[in-house]
Amino acid sequence: MTTKPKEKPSRFDPEPVPRRDFLGLAALGSMALALLVSAFGMLRLPKAAVSASPSKKFEVDIPDALPAGEAFVPPGRNVAVFRDTEGVYAISTVCTHLGCIVKALPNGFECPCHGSGFAADGAVTKGPAPKPLPWLKVTARGNAVVIDEETTVASGTKV
Amino acid sequence: MENEERTALNTFWHNLRAVPVDLYRAMFRGGAPVTDRTRSSFVFGNVFLHLHSVRTHLWSLRWSATMGLGIITTAAFLITLVTGVLLMFYYKPYPDVAYHSIKDIHFIVPTGRFIRNIHRWAANVMVVAVILHMARAFYTASYRKPREFNWLIGWGLLVTTLALSFTGYLLPWDQLAYWAITIGANIAQSPREITDAMGITEWMDIGGLQREILLGSDIVGEESLIRFYLLHVMILPIVMAMLMAVHFWRIRKDGGLAKPADVNERVSVSQPEHYPVFTEEPKKTYQLAAVVKGRTPAVGSGPENTVPSMPHLFYAELGILMFTTLICVALALVSDAPLKELANPLVPENPAKAPWYFLGLQEIVSFSAFMGGIGIPMLCWIGLGLIPFLDKETEGTGEWFGGPGGRRLALWSMVYGFATSIAVEAFAIRFGWLREWFPDVPQLVITFLNPGTVITALYAGYSIWALRRFNSTRAGALALFTCFLCGFIVLTVIGTYFRGPNWVFFWSPADWKAH
Repeated sequence: MTTKPKEKPSRFDPEPVPRRDFLGLAALGSMALALLVSAFGMLRLPKAAVSASPSKKFEVDIPDALPAGEAFVPPGRNVAVFRDTEGVYAISTVCTHLGCIVKALPNGFECPCHGSGFAADGAVTKGPAPKPLPWLKVTARGNAVVIDEETTVASGTKV
Repeated sequence: MENEERTALNTFWHNLRAVPVDLYRAMFRGGAPVTDRTRSSFVFGNVFLHLHSVRTHLWSLRWSATMGLGIITTAAFLITLVTGVLLMFYYKPYPDVAYHSIKDIHFIVPTGRFIRNIHRWAANVMVVAVILHMARAFYTASYRKPREFNWLIGWGLLVTTLALSFTGYLLPWDQLAYWAITIGANIAQSPREITDAMGITEWMDIGGLQREILLGSDIVGEESLIRFYLLHVMILPIVMAMLMAVHFWRIRKDGGLAKPADVNERVSVSQPEHYPVFTEEPKKTYQLAAVVKGRTPAVGSGPENTVPSMPHLFYAELGILMFTTLICVALALVSDAPLKELANPLVPENPAKAPWYFLGLQEIVSFSAFMGGIGIPMLCWIGLGLIPFLDKETEGTGEWFGGPGGRRLALWSMVYGFATSIAVEAFAIRFGWLREWFPDVPQLVITFLNPGTVITALYAGYSIWALRRFNSTRAGALALFTCFLCGFIVLTVIGTYFRGPNWVFFWSPADWKAH
């Protein structure tokens, strides 16, 4: 059924979008928008602004008798500290695959969870780990060193 | 008595004596379900029962139609609900305290150990039953029109079930829990494997965000425990209950279970034994009044072969509920839920294993965190959801292994599915993979080319072959679904029984090296 459009629309003609429909749609739309915005607002809540975890920076006394190339694991930390003739360096022991704690062996590291293997400098030698173990920032403080687990440095940086 | 005056006091005594009978009548207005009419009002007059239709087709009552798997899942859920609420009397969601409260439940609380065991076993039964129920719905092609939406609701229920299991796994705060959740949270973070390779992690760290929202912190700690607890006892059960209500309601609204087109020729009751069977389609007044869409019942349109849901369907359902309870209680009596040492964030459990139904995933995660933990599962999940929209054929609906290829194709797909996954796994276990051969291979290559993706690709190729061979989308779906089910079984068995410390292959746990 096709009707020829009139030249001049009369006020008795049906509106293209009837006023009631328009108002109804506008009301629904604004409600949907309000819900959407509030949902985003509510989603903001679970993303914590401050992470409730212990400090990642700590001071450690390295035992004098630590042989070169042997790992010293400060109590309560997931870090292996080494000392050789060039200086002190620290390698994270958190596996880059899925966060298990790797075990320091004489010539590298191995992960108990999915069998990733790492060389003594943290490079991946086998298994699913996507990245080498990161080296952590070490700064000297008197006889002790301060290790910052949150700051990684280039592999080979010794202090 | 006759000339006893009708005083208000007498009326009061009379009414008081009648309270039990009146209360009963007020509750069950329809009367005892003994006639066709009262059996009907028994169902539609009850808010819980009316999710069922008033009458049930004889085909749907046959054992082979459903094997009761949906009801087993529901029953297991109800059992976890009751036992879970009981455990909440003593459980305290705070690290270390949580562990000791579980120990209290295990050793001190009267019946505590028994209730916790039932809870754990019911959760396991639920996971098994929900997977088998999905397989039943798939193999009987019950996902087809008009049941596409209900397949999707079931798809959501599968994920909710697994999420409930996973969140429950952390709550004891023992070594097993702690390291399984550490691995799980890092799987959520594994999109970094891709963003790192593309060098965009700094601007768009989806993985990191997912992990942060899940854990509420950058470590698995008190924030994570309260989040998992909230999900486990509040958010997910509510989601589950709502989805379940929709799922059951839709069964009825979609016309009951899927049935073959010629179902009435197959199930014809000439001599009803206990109760008259409707031989004509009942007058559905909503349809006659054109209030709802649907076919208007034609008078004398042949036998409909339905029986009243009360008692035929409900007694079957109650029987399955009792059976499920029996299974859970029996398992709880013979096997205790595990509780290892207190969680220690410094020393991982070795091997650190997730619950058994995630060990298939853990097996492919041991090749690539992203593909194994997110890529392939997402692919499977999206594929499952799309099944009803990709296969719109009508042949074989409501029949086991219905459709072109049928039972034979399913059998061959099973052989292929088992053989392929075992062969690829055996190869990777025996000869290693890319990193062992070329130590400098880029991570992105391993992410996309590893035993997990190879198995997936082999399955996809086979499915396309089946689709072309039988010129049928159903055949393709049948091949692919069967393959993935077999792959799931093979990987789960390998992850459960053949992986030891450092995720090394062992023929038996007796060979595990001391560590």
